[in-house]
Amino acid sequence: MSADVVKAKRKTDIGPPNYTKFLPPIIKENYGKWKYHEVPQPGVLVHTSHSGAKLYSVRAATPRLLSIETLRLFASIADEFTGGFLRFTSRNNVEFLATDEGKVAPLIARLKKEGYPVGGIGPSITNIVHTQGWVHCHSAASDASGVVKALMDELYPRFENMDLPGKTRIAFACCLNMCGAVHCSDIAVLAVHRKPPKINHATLGKTCEIPSTVAACPTGAIRPATVDGKQSVEVIEEQCMFCGNCFTVCPSMTMADPENDGISIWVGGKVSNARHEPMFSKLAIPYLPNNPPRWPEVTAAVKNIVDVYAKNARKFERIGEWIERIGWPKFFKLTGIEFTKYHLDDFTHAGESFKRSAQLRHSSEG
Amino acid sequence: MTDKKYPTPLLDDLEKGPWPSFVKEIKKSAKSPMVQDLLGLLERSYEEKIGHWKHGGLVGVQGYGGGVIGRYSDLPAEFPDVSEFHTIRVNQPSGWFYTSDALRTLCDIWDRHGSGLTNMHGSTGDIVFLGTKTTELEPIFSELTAAGFDLGGSGSDMRTPSCCNGMARCEWACYDTMAFCNDVTQTYQDELHRPAFPYKFKIKASGCPNDCVASIARSDMSVIGTWRDDIQIDPAAVKEYALAGKLDIGKDVAGRCPTKVIDWDGTTLAIDNSNCVKCMHCINVMPKALSPGKDRGATILIGAKAPIVQGALLASVLVPFIKLEQPYEDVKELIAAMWDLWAEHGKNRERIGEFIQRIGLGNFLEQIGLDPAPEMVIQPRTNPYIFYNL
Repeated sequence: MSADVVKAKRKTDIGPPNYTKFLPPIIKENYGKWKYHEVPQPGVLVHTSHSGAKLYSVRAATPRLLSIETLRLFASIADEFTGGFLRFTSRNNVEFLATDEGKVAPLIARLKKEGYPVGGIGPSITNIVHTQGWVHCHSAASDASGVVKALMDELYPRFENMDLPGKTRIAFACCLNMCGAVHCSDIAVLAVHRKPPKINHATLGKTCEIPSTVAACPTGAIRPATVDGKQSVEVIEEQCMFCGNCFTVCPSMTMADPENDGISIWVGGKVSNARHEPMFSKLAIPYLPNNPPRWPEVTAAVKNIVDVYAKNARKFERIGEWIERIGWPKFFKLTGIEFTKYHLDDFTHAGESFKRSAQLRHSSEG
Repeated sequence: MTDKKYPTPLLDDLEKGPWPSFVKEIKKSAKSPMVQDLLGLLERSYEEKIGHWKHGGLVGVQGYGGGVIGRYSDLPAEFPDVSEFHTIRVNQPSGWFYTSDALRTLCDIWDRHGSGLTNMHGSTGDIVFLGTKTTELEPIFSELTAAGFDLGGSGSDMRTPSCCNGMARCEWACYDTMAFCNDVTQTYQDELHRPAFPYKFKIKASGCPNDCVASIARSDMSVIGTWRDDIQIDPAAVKEYALAGKLDIGKDVAGRCPTKVIDWDGTTLAIDNSNCVKCMHCINVMPKALSPGKDRGATILIGAKAPIVQGALLASVLVPFIKLEQPYEDVKELIAAMWDLWAEHGKNRERIGEFIQRIGLGNFLEQIGLDPAPEMVIQPRTNPYIFYNL
């Protein structure tokens, strides 16, 4: 085949397949006509339409990183139980869409047998939105999949049950780029650096655009400089807070540091508008070490926050709403987390987070 | 096949425990030499607590400027089969619905040309094919398009839009999120495939203020369904909830209302809809009894982003209420006006949220032809540093 023929046949700009091709008949028939839904048991949703039709959705956990062998397994499970129809959720769970109630129990049993347990609906801990980590990313300060696996093994009963006061969303990001949902989650696990970039002056002039490298720094810590006769940059180390954005635009400024990279924990974010407006996550723990393969310090810290929240929050209260009710001093007291100078914001408009009133709790108990 | 299996004692530990294991997933694809080397490289990262991927990598397919994330290992001599390990973003169908046949088609293509590993899905929504060589990119692309799939976005372009499952399976969807998502994806194919912006731009569509795709936090343009008439109440169903006793309507519903507009006297529930902010709480906890009003549309919010560079932003109100009906002409006019302005005046790597903060929301509105409205602010300004345009 000549190059011209190949070029003529080239298809571009077709976009994704139209979603209507993939909807089961019950959804096509009842599209926009659903009346209400119920959660008869953990991991199962039943939607009832105005016509009386019922759709059973069974939600199973996935590790997000999936082999095609598993996708083929999901396809054959869908063929066997749900007429070949399935979907994935915005938190990377998989859902099988059944019309026959009798298929629900055997479907759950099959998924469990294959190692993909059912749950993650209602006031539970569902899948952790996470990133690439050491599996694929160049700027990761920790691994994503490993931390998530370690956390969900530890929190597993919270996935299978619905015994928390409110929904509890956990997210993980492997650097300050915060891909995913870390800045707006009930509990956010964020990998951090704690040392300035190592500059390779020999290569920087060739591999980086110096003005955009300078512009990439949120604190103005980077200046153009001539080093050993070569065009490069210098970093004012007292002004660097190790965000790594200079590395994103300039490969000659490496951040990764096995001894000093690690994990920070954030709490109290949400995106839904229910009751309280959406909120950012706030810093709870500035640093815990990277300790593969199980990250025991991180899993213990997250489990502690979840347990204290579960014990103290009121019905429907998200972690952020609970903390707002009891106040931050009590949050630190109840969780036993140390409050440090790192918790005090010192970036632009930092003063907005300072307490500017005398409304404080002084009681000695609790 | 050469035997290149490396011992992976650290990763092996992550095969234990009840949560599905990503290590098991990787090992399921370990017939591929590329995946064996990935295991070896990842084990090395676990030993050394450091990543082993080189910075960046510019690869792609002809005619497009985005869609493929190039990646090269920094230990090519030791792990030659992951010396190239590129990711391909494939645009997912709206709402992430699939048939088993569609999934198998994708698996077969990836089986022929890549590692066999995927992410279902990337955070923006794409199907992620994880790991292949540069020479395989064009063959994959031609097989994908033959099967009706196209690449998603990457770089300084419109990224792949995504949406909640909306009317397909939710009684609260205030507009057809899946149709809207598909429509904007198709309309802006050029902007998606050929980066022409100062930086990335994401669109996410949620059918109601529960915001199940987190659009307010994760998209430059967030379209959140809402309504402007009265919440529909089924008094008989309210009574059922009261009698069932699982819900204390006074405390759990009325007491939790952010604007305290719900009146419950023990038998009748009344709502002062003029002061309801459509937060969804009462509807969420009594789905059989309460539902959104009939005059439905969406709120458009603008400017969400992660912290880099000037700090994280949630999207803020741009259009308090808009009807969302095909072919979405009003929304497209708005998008065109915003893109024209930002593409012209946005700085290199400046998200639209940071652009608005730099030039001022008032100036931004003026330039795109919208009037200021009190719904756009938590409160009016407190400082007197006002630029009067006399």
